[in-house]
Amino acid sequence: MFRSHVLVCGSDGAVLKNLVDNMNELVEKYRLKNDVKVLMTYSLTGDDKISLIVYPEGTQYFNINLESMERIVKDHLLNGKIVKDLLAHPEEKTEEEIASETEFINRQFRMVLKNCGNIDPESIDEYIAQDGYQALGKVLTQMTPEQVVAEVKASGLRGRGGGGFPTGLKWEFACKSKNPVKYICCNADEGDPGAFMDRSILEGDPHSVIEAMAIAGYAIGANKGYIYVRAEYPLAVKRLDKAIAQAREYGLLGKNIFDSGFDFDLEIRLGAGAFVCGEETALLTSIEGKRGEPHPKPPFPAVKGLFGQPTVLNNVETFANIPQIILKGAEWFSSIGTEKSKGTKVFALGGKIEHVGLVEVPMGTTLRKVIYKIGGGIPNGKKFKAAQTGGPSGGCIPPQHLDIPIDYDNLVGIGSMMGSGGLIVMDEDNCMVDMAKFFLEFTVDESCGMCTPCRVGNKRLYELITKITDGRGTMEDLDKLEELCYYIKDNSLCGLGQSAPNPVLSTLKYFRDEYIAHIKDKTCPAGACKALINYEIIPEKCIGCTLCKAACPAEAISGDPLKTHKIDKDKCIKCGTCMAKCKQNAIIKK
Amino acid sequence: MKSLAELNAIKEKVLKEKTEAATKSGEIKVLVGMATCGIMAGAMPVMTALMQEVEKRQLKNVAVSQTGCIGLCNYEPIVEVLMPDMPKVTYIKVTPEKAVKIINDHIVNGKVIKEYTVDNIHWNKE
Ligand SMILES: Cc1cc2nc3c(=O)[nH]c(=O)nc-3n(C[C@H](O)[C@H](O)[C@H](O)COP(=O)(O)O)c2cc1C
Ligand code: SF4
Ligand code: SF4
Repeated sequence: MFRSHVLVCGSDGAVLKNLVDNMNELVEKYRLKNDVKVLMTYSLTGDDKISLIVYPEGTQYFNINLESMERIVKDHLLNGKIVKDLLAHPEEKTEEEIASETEFINRQFRMVLKNCGNIDPESIDEYIAQDGYQALGKVLTQMTPEQVVAEVKASGLRGRGGGGFPTGLKWEFACKSKNPVKYICCNADEGDPGAFMDRSILEGDPHSVIEAMAIAGYAIGANKGYIYVRAEYPLAVKRLDKAIAQAREYGLLGKNIFDSGFDFDLEIRLGAGAFVCGEETALLTSIEGKRGEPHPKPPFPAVKGLFGQPTVLNNVETFANIPQIILKGAEWFSSIGTEKSKGTKVFALGGKIEHVGLVEVPMGTTLRKVIYKIGGGIPNGKKFKAAQTGGPSGGCIPPQHLDIPIDYDNLVGIGSMMGSGGLIVMDEDNCMVDMAKFFLEFTVDESCGMCTPCRVGNKRLYELITKITDGRGTMEDLDKLEELCYYIKDNSLCGLGQSAPNPVLSTLKYFRDEYIAHIKDKTCPAGACKALINYEIIPEKCIGCTLCKAACPAEAISGDPLKTHKIDKDKCIKCGTCMAKCKQNAIIKK
Repeated sequence: MKSLAELNAIKEKVLKEKTEAATKSGEIKVLVGMATCGIMAGAMPVMTALMQEVEKRQLKNVAVSQTGCIGLCNYEPIVEVLMPDMPKVTYIKVTPEKAVKIINDHIVNGKVIKEYTVDNIHWNKE
């Protein structure tokens, strides 16, 4: 299946043929051969003007020459951005066209997910038919470890697990070590609430991760790898298990792979689902069979990691990029994305969004495009309020930043972070104070308890926020909240504690007025904080149908049939059932 | 695995089988999304229904197979039909009953069931 079709139109056959050849060369150069098909057609209108139309978008370009075609291939076909100054009809053909049926897939750029949903993940043959294990073959037969490291370094790939550390650099540290024993580990712990990118990759294309780990093993000189998966992902574990067995059977894992003298094998380790075990030092400790607690860095794992040996730990999605970087080259990879963030990013879209699911877009795509052009927008005609990225370690992105190109540095710049790729969309019914409280509750639960600022500090933060959502907060509490946030960030040992206050800080930054409404007006503008809302029946509208009374689980509603009903505030547990049941819209939330 | 040539031999073999199947009997591929999201939404009974119907009707040129998540998790179970020389058709929220109808109407009689396809997903304006 081609992702895009390019139609070169004109009236002179020889010129057209030439252009099509040039276009095909460009498509080849940017490794889009399997994604883009170039066709030529004689102009129907009879004029001599040469134009180029990209389908399915139907974008038409004029001024076609070698240079402009290269821009169209690079910007539009590879990065999904329309080249505005070449548009034939600049006024109408912008990105704001009407959505059509296949847009969900077509507006994406599927590189990491290219096999997910296309091949049978339990068949190694199908993976091989899609160029699987070619990259491993290439590095083992044609490249030195140093060349592999150099290629990954040149690609600009950065870790997809949250931190965004340059992958090539990490490999280089480990590669340079003279230690005879080294390890490769894969972080498939995926603990962020709302994130499921890594699970989908493991379930849909497990061989890509296995192949990449073998490549990494060769690059740094490791013969053994561990995949740390959470036990809550039974299907991912099953498919990985099967894939590892198949790879062994084919001799793609094991001794003397591709007759190169290189040995590599993998083992799966199951995590019990503690969030802190996603932190690299805790994860490695957990693989060793010890209690999953972080320890100070340095020494970094690349110097002293698993069992005290140099270790490279990468995220599932980071690994899934590797085979294509090797096959298509660093130059190709680095042509996708923004200056400092290369390639694509997979997001797990969730919350108040029409198309809940998995999307992959080039770095630098705007949040607006992800939410409205791919995610289908906010359901029920509600308004967008904020998007939360980075889970409990991240922050929120308010409407004024919808057009910022998503990459590592931009997100940090506006007080959020890329995180591992969970993207939770919130609308006007979501209370931002309540959201911060939700994530704090999570981190309080998940703190390993080793350092006091994190263990006690986050609990105090949670209590302060609860005070505010209960309507007991004071303006001094806001200052205390902020001060405590910075204290926790500065004094915690690991990333969990250091980033736990982020949801509070970012909501304070962008939605301070909501905090103030809770404190001064004792109201929750979104109507989400139970302590601050009341359900009431408007007497003029109530016809006494008894529906609400029958439905109320707390027996808080009184009233005879055909007479006006009333809610007893003391008995009401604020479940909202009555409001949903009432056909007269006589019940309101205040 | 001893060499790239050996790997390529497997690749060519699989690709050849695929194209041969496609040209010989007009092989039709039916893909069912079987990641956690699909299975939770009920992809197993859909898969079973598809296979039983194919078996019942003795459709030798139809291959039903599983695949990963295509990304539209809240429209699972998703079934995709790939016929030679035809654009891929994606069916959403498939039930065992719909699955039987897909085999009958689309695969046997060549009629795409428009009401079930991904064209029906909802888009909200900004
Ligand atoms: C509390 C905490 C949880 C983390 N959870 C994960 C996780 O679930 N998956 C992951 O890949 N990285 C997670 N990380 C990041 C890892 O520590 C590490 O940076 C990453 O796996 C490195 O791989 P990368 O360079 O490929 O991103 C977490 C970090 C912290 C501090
Ligand atoms: S910051 Fe929190 S999770 Fe991290 S080591 Fe300290 S107590 Fe444990
Ligand atoms: S909100 Fe729930 S508890 Fe309160 S009156 Fe309505 S149904 Fe009863």
